[in-house]
Amino acid sequence: MDFGDSPTESDFRARLRDWLASNTPDLPASSTSDEYWAAQAEWHQALYDAGFFGLSWPKDIGGHELPTVYDAIVDEEIAAAGAPPRPSLGYLVQGILEHGNDDIRSRLLPGIVNGRDRWCQGFSEPEAGSDLASLRTRAVRDGDEWVITGHKIWTSYSDAADWCLVLARTDADVPKHKGLSAFRVSMRQPGVQQKPLRMINGITREFGEVIFDGARTPVEDMIGSPGEGWRLAMTVVSHEREPGELGYVARYKKAVNALAKQVRAEPNAYDGEQKRELAWALVEAEMLRCHVARRLSDRLDGISHGPEGSVDKLLMTEVEQAVGHAALAIGGSGHGGRDDSWLKVYLYSRAQSVMGGTAQIQRNLVATRILGLPS
Amino acid sequence: MDVRLSNEQCALRDAVAQLVDRLGPNAVRDLDDEERARKLDAAVDAAGWRDLRAEEEAGRPWASGVEVAIVAEELAHGAADSAFIGPVLAADLRRRAGIAAASGRETVAFGTDLMASARATGNVLTDPAIAVDAGESTSALVLTDDDRLGEVPLSALERAVDLTRGVVDLAAGSTAVPLTDACPLSPDDLVQWTALGLALTCAELVGVMRGAIRLARDHALNRKQYDALIGSFQAVQHLLADAHVASVGSASIALHAAWAVDALPPAEALAAAAAAKAYCARAAQSVCETVIQVHGGIGNTWECMAHVYLRRALVSTDLFGGVGANLARILEHEVF
Repeated sequence: MDFGDSPTESDFRARLRDWLASNTPDLPASSTSDEYWAAQAEWHQALYDAGFFGLSWPKDIGGHELPTVYDAIVDEEIAAAGAPPRPSLGYLVQGILEHGNDDIRSRLLPGIVNGRDRWCQGFSEPEAGSDLASLRTRAVRDGDEWVITGHKIWTSYSDAADWCLVLARTDADVPKHKGLSAFRVSMRQPGVQQKPLRMINGITREFGEVIFDGARTPVEDMIGSPGEGWRLAMTVVSHEREPGELGYVARYKKAVNALAKQVRAEPNAYDGEQKRELAWALVEAEMLRCHVARRLSDRLDGISHGPEGSVDKLLMTEVEQAVGHAALAIGGSGHGGRDDSWLKVYLYSRAQSVMGGTAQIQRNLVATRILGLPS
Repeated sequence: MDVRLSNEQCALRDAVAQLVDRLGPNAVRDLDDEERARKLDAAVDAAGWRDLRAEEEAGRPWASGVEVAIVAEELAHGAADSAFIGPVLAADLRRRAGIAAASGRETVAFGTDLMASARATGNVLTDPAIAVDAGESTSALVLTDDDRLGEVPLSALERAVDLTRGVVDLAAGSTAVPLTDACPLSPDDLVQWTALGLALTCAELVGVMRGAIRLARDHALNRKQYDALIGSFQAVQHLLADAHVASVGSASIALHAAWAVDALPPAEALAAAAAAKAYCARAAQSVCETVIQVHGGIGNTWECMAHVYLRRALVSTDLFGGVGANLARILEHEVF
């Protein structure tokens, strides 16, 4: 049992620290502005090109086949350097790795890992949020293509994306979970219409609606078998619930470090209650760092994604919202022409208990799948 | 980095769990079964777990903070009524002072707020004190005003807030015999010892939470209302899910604190322990309150084990400070 670095890990950490010292772009502490999202692709490519992204993934898709715990080192060093977090797309990679055939893996994954291809995830629909399996988007076979028609919503990064992982119904005559299939669909075609959504913190570049009106994709771009869409979606969301996969420890640590710095600079400007919120955010972020180290270590035996992902998601939510509360307490609500960037961090934190499966759904899963209570 | 428990650590955990399962109290009335409690105490003694922080060689203890935390967690999980933390902390003080282990069982005396060890000036205690976790102990260590060790003889044990771990109240002016061959403890020693104490109380709290949740889960799978198991109701499920999540987060940060005791520089170890204690203390109170709630009327009666866990959590929280004291430690370390 050792939270410390092995000699090889220590060398890796030193190399990463050196690189970060001269390669850290000056992006906001959190996803509080549209420029942040625009610059993320550049950061992803820089991180990948320097050999610090996709560490535990197979070499033939651009990974390094290192032990999972290296991601914990990356998160710690990124936070310490104040650099932007690593791109959160491990869940997409894991879903395609697990369900795609060799052709799909070799064609699709390298571009995702190296950051040249940008993807979004077309799962939720206006009438299919928590009840995802009831989604209505259809895919109909037409010769060598599938034709996609439907309405996706709350799709992150849709307007920056080249490709969408679309979940669509291919068989209406079987129970709802069994009639879904997954596709890669180009976002750059006439049958795709984008409607940006403005989030409660004012961001317009992250969140969108996507209308598929006769969009086309070749048959070889179905990911997994016909009817395997639900299982693929569950693989994706189970990884999407894991802060270790998302790299969010760096996001939270970076934000609390910035808040602590602000208080340190002017300690008498903040009262006991504000400092208490800051202290809680420090504690929560530290808890998640330790928890992610534990979960990544558990995976050294081989990947096992069970219902524990729901525990991770609830812990991550608790942390993000504690950081949000500290941001609100220290940064204030930004009225009177004051800087409102911390207000935006606070407002954004409310999404964490919804995205990737609501906190209520996670609690249902913890109660029934882990505690064994009757469903 | 690999924070999985080693095979030896897993074996230790399982050995403690099996012992507590066999000889720990299953119900509140079992706490009055003296023969059972004696057997448990003798078995813990025979296992040597209380000596894990005594010197093995060259000033090093037999085991790290991780091993003693594992034992503390499992004992608390089964609400074991046999002293552990107190004797472990006493043995750690003796090792740091470079003196031999006590001849009989020994614990540590704290100030009445339980924040720090009691102090003696000359040969007497300056203020009233409490020897904690004092079951079968014949003496308690205190610090003298030059940071050496003194020893206070103990009289009969009292059962106080925590029904599983007795205390002995010590009046101001009680005699504290200086241990003259003991070296003074350095400031680093005291910081590391406090980090160990915090880490042990965190492990305690994690064990308490797991034990209390197991109790409530069993209840929810047996108790019927409206012709259905109450564990099938979403309202109850969400309470228990939140409790479980809090216990898992606590276990992660507590494990780090236990590792940090011997692996990090003293100030870093203390910061790690303070963060863990703030988190675990808040979680444990909330979890134990939830467990009482899930038990309904039954949970508010003396016969239900729920309050035994809550009481144990309250004392473990107070030892070395709870939420407020540790948030203050964190601010001091991280911000100022």
